[in-house]
Amino acid sequence: MKPAPFAYKKPRTLDEAIALLGENPDARILAGGQSLMATLNMRLSAPSLLIDINGIEGLGEIALKDGAQNGVIEIGALARHVQAERSETIATHAPLIACAMPTIAHPAIRTRGTLGGSIAFADPAAELPACLLALDGEVDAQGPKGKRTIKAGDYFQGLYETALGPQEILTAIRLPAANKDTRVGFAELARRHGDYAIVGLAASARADGKGLKDVRLAYFGVGATPLRPLKSEAALSRGDIDAAVAALDLDPHDDIQATAAVKKHLAGVLLRRVAAQLMEQRA
Amino acid sequence: MEMDITLTVNGERIAERVEARQSLVDFVRDDLGLTGSHIGCEHGVCGACTMRVDGEIVRGCLMLAVQCDGSVVETIEGLSDSGELADLQAAFEQRNALQCGYCTPGMLTAAQELLKAGTVPSREEIREHISGNYCRCTGYHAIVDAIESVAKARMGAGT
Ligand SMILES: Cc1cc2nc3c(=O)[nH]c(=O)nc-3n(C[C@H](O)[C@H](O)[C@H](O)COP(=O)(O)OP(=O)(O)OC[C@H]3O[C@@H](n4cnc5c(N)ncnc54)[C@H](O)[C@@H]3O)c2cc1C
Ligand code: FES
Ligand code: FES
Repeated sequence: MKPAPFAYKKPRTLDEAIALLGENPDARILAGGQSLMATLNMRLSAPSLLIDINGIEGLGEIALKDGAQNGVIEIGALARHVQAERSETIATHAPLIACAMPTIAHPAIRTRGTLGGSIAFADPAAELPACLLALDGEVDAQGPKGKRTIKAGDYFQGLYETALGPQEILTAIRLPAANKDTRVGFAELARRHGDYAIVGLAASARADGKGLKDVRLAYFGVGATPLRPLKSEAALSRGDIDAAVAALDLDPHDDIQATAAVKKHLAGVLLRRVAAQLMEQRA
Repeated sequence: MEMDITLTVNGERIAERVEARQSLVDFVRDDLGLTGSHIGCEHGVCGACTMRVDGEIVRGCLMLAVQCDGSVVETIEGLSDSGELADLQAAFEQRNALQCGYCTPGMLTAAQELLKAGTVPSREEIREHISGNYCRCTGYHAIVDAIESVAKARMGAGT
């Protein structure tokens, strides 16, 4: 199908884009368009105006910056999936993102899709929101009242619902840079390579002698938002994989991909795989 | 809302007035008569509309024509005329890697992207790379054969 008619504007600055959002309550931001254009073509939504933010300078950088203790990786909202996939900085300092990138959609979609768009869209079965939560990252937003930073734990609020206000634009995401103690794990099950996951799991931890500490697990595809099974995290920190699987308290619903029972079973399978990855990296 | 755009399509400079909601693939098909790019799903799933913008492959159905103002667009017609795909096209024909041909322009364009890396990908890597391009006829096996043979031939020839 074809989208309903809309007007199109391509502002050159963030302030201009924010002002346009304020003047046009039903306008939508156009970033990579890889989710938005599909929903417009299917006429699932019909905004009167698209605000194309691709002309705004300075939103597409991926950089290692100084942080409070360690470094911080800052990824501009308009950095494309393909850019992250090819980035040395990501490969070295954000290995969890590097693991996730090739599983996101297909090459022609990764050419256009942006990391900011994925976090703003917050699809419950998407990889990057779960990575952001597993890494305890944060989101920078700018709106009519200025700039603010939102912790990943406060950001994902419901199905496709985030802490971003209607007139706010996501400008960057920030993640702690990996160091020699950082351990990451990533696994997902999808029917076909590049599809949204049936169930997926992103994880981070820190090596602690022979064990792990600060284990953070973030499941995707099993709820309205990425979910952390806190009891399983605690069990994994004690090195008890069986207890971690037994403690999984996810409550997925049936969807077109799988029944709740299958999803629950697969969540346990993935936890064993990811736990092995976290422990294997212990040199 | 209509807007003026100027872009290069298959090496030719083009200035047109387009509706804001017109997709890139509709623009090349309907306004420029380049019907080699096909339309299957119009939501990014099938890959029939795969073409190149500024050197990288995209979904023609998920980009607006107005977003291509100032860009360099290459469709299957341009990629064929330049001879860039000649060996791949010959291999597809030789190995029956197409039947109805609906998926073929997108499949060739996606395959060429992988082969540009200049290595011989494994069959698994080939399958992964074309996972976003549906073919309802061939069962993919012959397509993987064709891409693999060209990858090997190009490496053998040192290109
Ligand atoms: C066939 C197909 C398969 C896919 N498979 C996967 C997959 O397996 N995993 C996955 O994660 N994704 C997948 N995607 C989606 C893809 O990753 C998208 O690129 C991504 O979800 C959205 O990013 P975008 O830049 O394209 O955003 P857009 O489509 O431009 O925007 C998406 C939404 O976010 C809003 N938005 C975008 N940027 C901002 C911003 N900076 N500030 C505020 N709001 C903003 C828009 O207004 C819109 O509502 C797939 C897409 C397709 C078509
Ligand atoms: S028509 Fe564009 S991907 Fe199917
Ligand atoms: S040859 Fe018919 S769809 Fe591929």
